[in-house]
Amino acid sequence: MSRKTYRQAVSEALRHEMRRDLRVVIMGEDVSGGLGAPGEQDAWGGPQGVTKGLMPEFGRGRVLDTPISESAFIGAAAGAAATGLRPVAELMFVDFMGVCFDQIFNQAAKFRYMFGGRAVTPLVIRTQYGAGLRAASQHSQSLYPIFTHIPGLKVVLPSSAYEAKGLLIQAIRDDDPVVFFEHKALYDDEEEVPDEAYTIPFGEANLTREGSDATIVAFGRMVKFANQVADSLEQDGIGCTVIDPRTTSPLDSDAILDSVAETGRLVVVDEASPRCNMATDIAALVAEHAFGALKAPVRMITPPHTPVPFAPELEDAYIPSPARIEEAVRGVLAAKR
Amino acid sequence: MSAIQPITMPKWGLSMREGLVAQWNVAEGAVLRVGDEIAEIETTKITNVFESPVAGQLRRRIAKEGEAIPVQGLLAVVADAAVPEAEIDAFVLAYQAEFGTRAAAAAADEPQPELLTAGGRALRFLKLGEGDGTPAVFIHGFGGNLNSWLFNQPAVAAGRATYAFDLPGHGGSTKAVGAGDLGALAGALADFLGACAIERAHLVGHSLGGAIALALALGEPARVASLTLIGSAGLGPDINMGYIESFIAANRRKEMKAALSELFADPALVSTEMVNDVLKYKRIDGVEAALRAIAGSAFAGGRQAAVLTARLGELAAPAQCIWGTADRIVPVEHAAHLPASITVHRLAGAGHMVHMERAGDVNKLIDAFAGA
Amino acid sequence: MQLSRDQLLRAYRDMATIRAFEERVHVEFAAGVLPGFVHLYAGEEASAVGVCMNLGDGDVIASTHRGHGHCIAKGCDVKAMMKELYGSVEGLCRGKGGSMHIADLSRGMLGANGIVGGGPPLICGAALSAKVMKTGGVAVAFVGDGGSNQGTTLESFNLARVWELPAVFVIEDNGYAESTASSWAVGGDQLKRAEGFGLPARRVDGHDFFDVHDAAGEAITRARSGGGPSLLHVVLDRYYSHFEGDAGTYRGPGEVDRLRAEKDCLKRFRKRVIESALLGKDQVDTIDREVAALIETSVREARTAAKPSAADVLTDVYLSY
Repeated sequence: MSRKTYRQAVSEALRHEMRRDLRVVIMGEDVSGGLGAPGEQDAWGGPQGVTKGLMPEFGRGRVLDTPISESAFIGAAAGAAATGLRPVAELMFVDFMGVCFDQIFNQAAKFRYMFGGRAVTPLVIRTQYGAGLRAASQHSQSLYPIFTHIPGLKVVLPSSAYEAKGLLIQAIRDDDPVVFFEHKALYDDEEEVPDEAYTIPFGEANLTREGSDATIVAFGRMVKFANQVADSLEQDGIGCTVIDPRTTSPLDSDAILDSVAETGRLVVVDEASPRCNMATDIAALVAEHAFGALKAPVRMITPPHTPVPFAPELEDAYIPSPARIEEAVRGVLAAKR
Repeated sequence: MSAIQPITMPKWGLSMREGLVAQWNVAEGAVLRVGDEIAEIETTKITNVFESPVAGQLRRRIAKEGEAIPVQGLLAVVADAAVPEAEIDAFVLAYQAEFGTRAAAAAADEPQPELLTAGGRALRFLKLGEGDGTPAVFIHGFGGNLNSWLFNQPAVAAGRATYAFDLPGHGGSTKAVGAGDLGALAGALADFLGACAIERAHLVGHSLGGAIALALALGEPARVASLTLIGSAGLGPDINMGYIESFIAANRRKEMKAALSELFADPALVSTEMVNDVLKYKRIDGVEAALRAIAGSAFAGGRQAAVLTARLGELAAPAQCIWGTADRIVPVEHAAHLPASITVHRLAGAGHMVHMERAGDVNKLIDAFAGA
Repeated sequence: MQLSRDQLLRAYRDMATIRAFEERVHVEFAAGVLPGFVHLYAGEEASAVGVCMNLGDGDVIASTHRGHGHCIAKGCDVKAMMKELYGSVEGLCRGKGGSMHIADLSRGMLGANGIVGGGPPLICGAALSAKVMKTGGVAVAFVGDGGSNQGTTLESFNLARVWELPAVFVIEDNGYAESTASSWAVGGDQLKRAEGFGLPARRVDGHDFFDVHDAAGEAITRARSGGGPSLLHVVLDRYYSHFEGDAGTYRGPGEVDRLRAEKDCLKRFRKRVIESALLGKDQVDTIDREVAALIETSVREARTAAKPSAADVLTDVYLSY
């Protein structure tokens, strides 16, 4: 056990599984880097350096740099998964799903169903998402609700370093296709992470804070913000339960409904665009199954329905902030019904 | 005795950062003796009774009920009745002013668990205290770890070194357990003592850890100064196999919470953090296999494989048993068949985790026994 | 490449089975008893069989929406295929895939594909599996002339070259992408496109089993021996329209009749093997009778095969969820 960054946690998970299982290969643009170039080999290790060091240990046969050609290599990962490998493909930014989505949602996600249960597709797609690095509209989106919508895919949103390592190992050992969303603003966050390999089951929410006054459901980086808000409200005697669902598909509905049954108040924090996102999904879940428990209208804290802007002032206004979350919790507590 | 003494938030376990004063059990003006139960303190792991570390008149309750106070933060002030109010005000102000520095310094030299290699195995342990007294070594039970002793180890660490270690297959130790039977685990204990250069120790064992301590005391009597066996295995055939199996199988929060609630007389003591800590351990590669191996050897066929009652007469070291009467894992009835040389303390209403549920009482018994 | 008598018998049986299967599906569909969309392969048999005769169970193919022929040529069970088309739970995909997604991974058949150009990237993956796990396997993507214009196909040419994959791309050019002529829709030349990506490429007459078999054998041997990917441009014709129900008004007057009379790959094969005394006429006729009986039995069984229950909607989405 030692303190590790989110980046190290992801890297360790890959290393553990590549050592454990020869069928695990990684592929993507610049996952090693420098291939065919006159300078340094293993120059990049991906844009975040997550996969640096894997090529020297496992060789070019299992750490596969690709051309900038997402349709081909994401599809190749799907085909390889259906024929015996356990590929981990890196889609550098989830925004690039636009050039390869067919291979994910029409092919990998549906093999098992279309083939009558006679296919196994142990594919992991790792991808960066989220705003905060001034990367603007085509490199900052939180597109996980689109993947959550697709039957056959599992969707994972690790909110911290410990979560990232255990969930990625679970994803690699899982026999279904998994899309693993890494928030680009979390890579330097640190916490205690075991040195050994471990797994965190999918569909099991994590209750990061417990309190009986309000429930905050948050995803990915927003869990960090929700925890900050819960800690700050505790100083005022307001107790919040913070639920990190960890996976949006499968979703631990019971954890959310049980908590709302206790608190009667719900704030959902979702970095995805506001229409048909996880916030609306969970608000609908609670409206359908826990309407009687609600003491106040559900509040959804999301960005506005706009692309992610560039200028720091604009992006800061765009991203859900701890201040907005706190205001929403105070709002649901003040509501009379 | 100095004129004014602070009572501060205790630190129970490595991860405790703050505690909540759930309830004061004494009023301002009360005259306290050391060990009086003065408050109930709730942590994210467990709620426990806090015993006064000092004697004197309780002049000021600083923490309010329901208030969260950081570790080492001021809870109350004890002073002689003659000390004027103004001096107490000044003491409180001064304490609070330098609290940040004090807490940071305390955090910096907080003892941390260490790793050593004993008999080729990596074992994690926590050492607290120093002195000439015979060392005490704590051995946790099936599925536990050194943190099981968070309320006990510090309480007996005055004047002696105390060690709590993780058995093979547990906590931060190797997940390789070999045969996983009592002999293998007692061998790990012997190797641990050797690696720490402990010639002779008071052994405090809980549950399976009790049987391990007992096995070492019978096998290598010269190394054991005394035995405190808490809710111990090895003293009868029965074991709650439903608990053992559900503990091994559980990998989700609700299942684990249900399993752990069997350990305590009051299931409310099982906090989310306790459940999360156990789950974090259980998720590590190799743990499930290690637990299955140990359970398969130690509790084969749902019975305790090693019942050592018939050999208790051979014991060279003095031994005592502590048992919660509401123990749902290893039944207190096993204590009825022990030789008269072994004192049995039955704590009414406590469960299997009697050393956590009734830490104050258990600590007094350990301290008295090991001090004698 | 010299083919043994047994291989010739198998080639004829597979082509005849595809033809009989498709002719019968045409009739069954017209009778309104088959659900969904159906795209028939009749006329193109020499391509599927000429390629797949060079493959074993350890090799993988990806097909197109016009996939029945590839299935049969790769050894899928014909009765289970017919049951699948009828939407039976006893079908090859338990009634979940239908004609457009028919597959059998145990036979190395990675699926027909409802997405034009869906297969080539998948086949890069299957070839990668073979390469990493050193199975000696080869992966083949069948693509139509329509699919040859998809970015997925062109990207796959590049990836297969860059990764040096044991892959073969077979462009089955039947002259029409749906209702649009490939002479209009394909810019440039298929062989030159492939050569631009560094792939050895050969154009073959898709009405001639022997031509296809020879060219495919060369490409597959190259792939299997570490020589990397190749492309075959197979020029052929389909007898039916894009899908069953398409009136085919874009085709010229008498076009299909002429093709059936002059360019039937089955007739050519019969003529050649009988005239050169490689096979006897009675041997070929026996196969025709056996194939007819098999298709008859397949249809009879498929008509009464068990249908899925509503609860089956929920199964086979995930292994665990």
